[in-house]
Amino acid sequence: MSGSAPDPLHDAIRAAQLFIQNPTLFGGMVLRGASPARDALVAAIGEALPTRRLPGHVDDERLLGGIDIAASLAAGKPIETAGLLAEAQGGVLVVPMAERLDEAVAGRLAQALDDRRVALVLLDDGIEPEDAPPAALTERLAFLCDLSQSREWRGVELGAKASGEAAPLSDDALGAIATTGAALGVPSLRPLIHAAEAARAHAALEGRKEVAKPDLEAAARLVIAPRATQLPPQEPPPEEEQEPPPPPPESSDTPDDTDMPSPEQLEEMLVEAAAASIPRDLLEQLVNGKTPKRGASGTGQKRKAGLRGKPLGARAGMPRGGARLALIDTLRAAVPWQGVRRRERDADPDAPILMRKEDLRIRRYEEKAARVTIFAVDASGSAAAARLAEAKGAVELMLAQAYVTRSEVALIAFRGENADLLLPPTRSLTRARRALAELPGGGGTPLAMGLNAARELARSVTGKGRTPSLIVLTDGRANLDAGGQPGRKQAGEDAEVAAKAIAREGYDALVVDISARPGREGQELAANMQARYLALPRADAKALHSAISTNMREPA
Amino acid sequence: MARFPFSAIVGQDEMKQALLIAAVDPSVGGVMVFGDRGTGKSTAARALAGLLPPITAHQNCAYGGSKEDAERYPDVCGGGPLRKRPVPFVDLPLGATEDRVIGSLDLERALRSGEKGFEPGLLAKAHRGFLYIDEINLLEDHLVDLLLDVAASGENVVEREGLSVRHPARFVLIGSGNPEEGELRPQLLDRFGLSVEVRTPTDIETRVEIMRLVAANERDPQAFAAKWAGEDEKILKQIARGKKRLEKLEPGEDVLTDAAHLCLAVGADGLRGELTLMRAARALAALKGAKAVRREHLIAVAPSALRHRLRRDVLDETGSTVRITRAIDELFG
Repeated sequence: MSGSAPDPLHDAIRAAQLFIQNPTLFGGMVLRGASPARDALVAAIGEALPTRRLPGHVDDERLLGGIDIAASLAAGKPIETAGLLAEAQGGVLVVPMAERLDEAVAGRLAQALDDRRVALVLLDDGIEPEDAPPAALTERLAFLCDLSQSREWRGVELGAKASGEAAPLSDDALGAIATTGAALGVPSLRPLIHAAEAARAHAALEGRKEVAKPDLEAAARLVIAPRATQLPPQEPPPEEEQEPPPPPPESSDTPDDTDMPSPEQLEEMLVEAAAASIPRDLLEQLVNGKTPKRGASGTGQKRKAGLRGKPLGARAGMPRGGARLALIDTLRAAVPWQGVRRRERDADPDAPILMRKEDLRIRRYEEKAARVTIFAVDASGSAAAARLAEAKGAVELMLAQAYVTRSEVALIAFRGENADLLLPPTRSLTRARRALAELPGGGGTPLAMGLNAARELARSVTGKGRTPSLIVLTDGRANLDAGGQPGRKQAGEDAEVAAKAIAREGYDALVVDISARPGREGQELAANMQARYLALPRADAKALHSAISTNMREPA
Repeated sequence: MARFPFSAIVGQDEMKQALLIAAVDPSVGGVMVFGDRGTGKSTAARALAGLLPPITAHQNCAYGGSKEDAERYPDVCGGGPLRKRPVPFVDLPLGATEDRVIGSLDLERALRSGEKGFEPGLLAKAHRGFLYIDEINLLEDHLVDLLLDVAASGENVVEREGLSVRHPARFVLIGSGNPEEGELRPQLLDRFGLSVEVRTPTDIETRVEIMRLVAANERDPQAFAAKWAGEDEKILKQIARGKKRLEKLEPGEDVLTDAAHLCLAVGADGLRGELTLMRAARALAALKGAKAVRREHLIAVAPSALRHRLRRDVLDETGSTVRITRAIDELFG
């Protein structure tokens, strides 16, 4: 499957064909990237299987079923509603905008998947690699298809279900799948189990009774490759001295092309086939030596419904989606109307209080949005290596406090031609420590690039309902422009533009001047960003941390 | 999906040991499982619950209360004849609200008949069984607090919305999480009795073995369960014997001294470490049918009982497990 890459739609169709053979076994599919082809594919799945659409804002009641309060009050007796999960039982739930799916809903869906109650088709419209559906779900779905590069536009036919069934995989075949997983850095066992079943389904579709090489290749391509976190080692994968379990007995009773090669050959071919079909953008990240973060970290404390914080008093509304009924206020709202309602309904005077939907009051809370402190650190040669150590220390100290302030920390380093997001917003010390240990130093100062990266991150943080604070540690002496080209003049102008862009968005910001002789550049930068300015020519991590703590606004 | 037999779980010995210890002596406190996705954490927890013999409970009791529970909490137990029911296993969904967990005012009853009633939550359901929380590190802190509190006291006390309810809630808390995605506060961690680290097996042979077993279970769950029923039965008997033996085992002076030395050497904060270490060692000895609690039992449970209680040094990369084994080697040779 190397050569000129076929349109991703082909593989997606193949995956869908396998998926409909046994929907709950495979869990489902993730279809990334909106396109007409995707719509056609979803429609085709809808023809093969009963599907329901899951609105992203669904609440627990609608999802799981329960008492329909409004209907119950109107009828004067409890009226139960079935939840979407129950309605979709054994079928498929299509989830649009899955990258914005609420964690709580994702948790419910993950349970339903584990119990084999439903299958999911997640429509992922995320653009950034970090914008992905919750990992708890993608982990449980067999097929990840990226259609964002698809250029095809056509109707999709999935065809019929296979009539027969293929035999279980031989140990050699399982071993080849396991080796492929190991070579591509797929630690979880779920994809391997899915891949084995996918190979069987593929064989059945092709009318084979035994799983053959093309089936395994398809499984590796469709299930394992999209989850790669590393490229296979250059040497043929280390043979984990497989003491040859009873040598392959099923010799060729299947014809030519589908002959099973020797276990070693098979492993090699499978790893190659999988590696050749790693999606392009993923491949780029891997080649650049980055561990793809797809969906891996989509599980932070994104949003908190109005469930805690300072009470604000009640307002009219339905107690659902976690909102709690304010009982006293509800009664207070209902009492004045009792006379009228009794007359209206002809109720006897001893009847309990007559409630209507519009009486219901729910509690409101004022909650502080969690703060994300974004460090943009100048790691260039001019900013001296010692500075980096201080920045690292400060980030760690901030993290140690994160529990108290419920804040998160992110780290961007800019040097040479790059501004890298070394640490996406996190509270995890483990991750932070690793990212910091890998922080390199030296090279030119692409200040504009660093500022732009910080601004983009701040915007995405805001989009998730949290409050960003920017802390820029630099000497302000830009010598690379926004495109990474040398030239002090252009670099200075670009940095000014970038700084002003930050000011326009109104982010809370602080410039820490870390040059040995703090000067005009830093102050100008702060002025352009409308940020506070702090000169710290000789700071240690503790001083930096305390300076930051006293200089940043309390989270709004 | 059909339950996977406990005895068919490949590897993961430390997790299995911790779960069995908790089954023999729930008073060791909960079990915290750290590990990546897809390593069989929830499979193991579920399998253990399915393995245990059914409990006897009053039919109409929403709490699955036993005879003793009904005597202690007469106003919450619905009574009814005693019937067998399976050991409850409650899977706490991420994003569960406080109402759902501890229970809340029965809205329907309140609105319809103006009566104040209590609608039991997940804690009630978990009574006498297991409460499993996947990704506990993503759960809101106040909920984790609450859960650990109830798990320790064995009783859920609800004082809200004009309700005042006390009901039994004794369960084994099992939490799981991936430290890469946010950590648990040390204070909370300390309150788990045992903590284990599971890694996905890396050798191909084991992985193939697991894939084969899962596929076999997938194809014919009944036949698969039947095939492993004998093994599961053995474990069941082992637990039952262990429970009986537990009362008779009292750790001797020498083992207590060992425990104190070990905790001191690794710098485990607080007394809870020592206490858990002792209890876990005793439960393991009971499980193994030993006549007395010996040093070997202590050593076998030490990593699980202590690794989450070591004072953490942000800059020290050495893993807790390594620090413990090192201390064991130095102390006991």
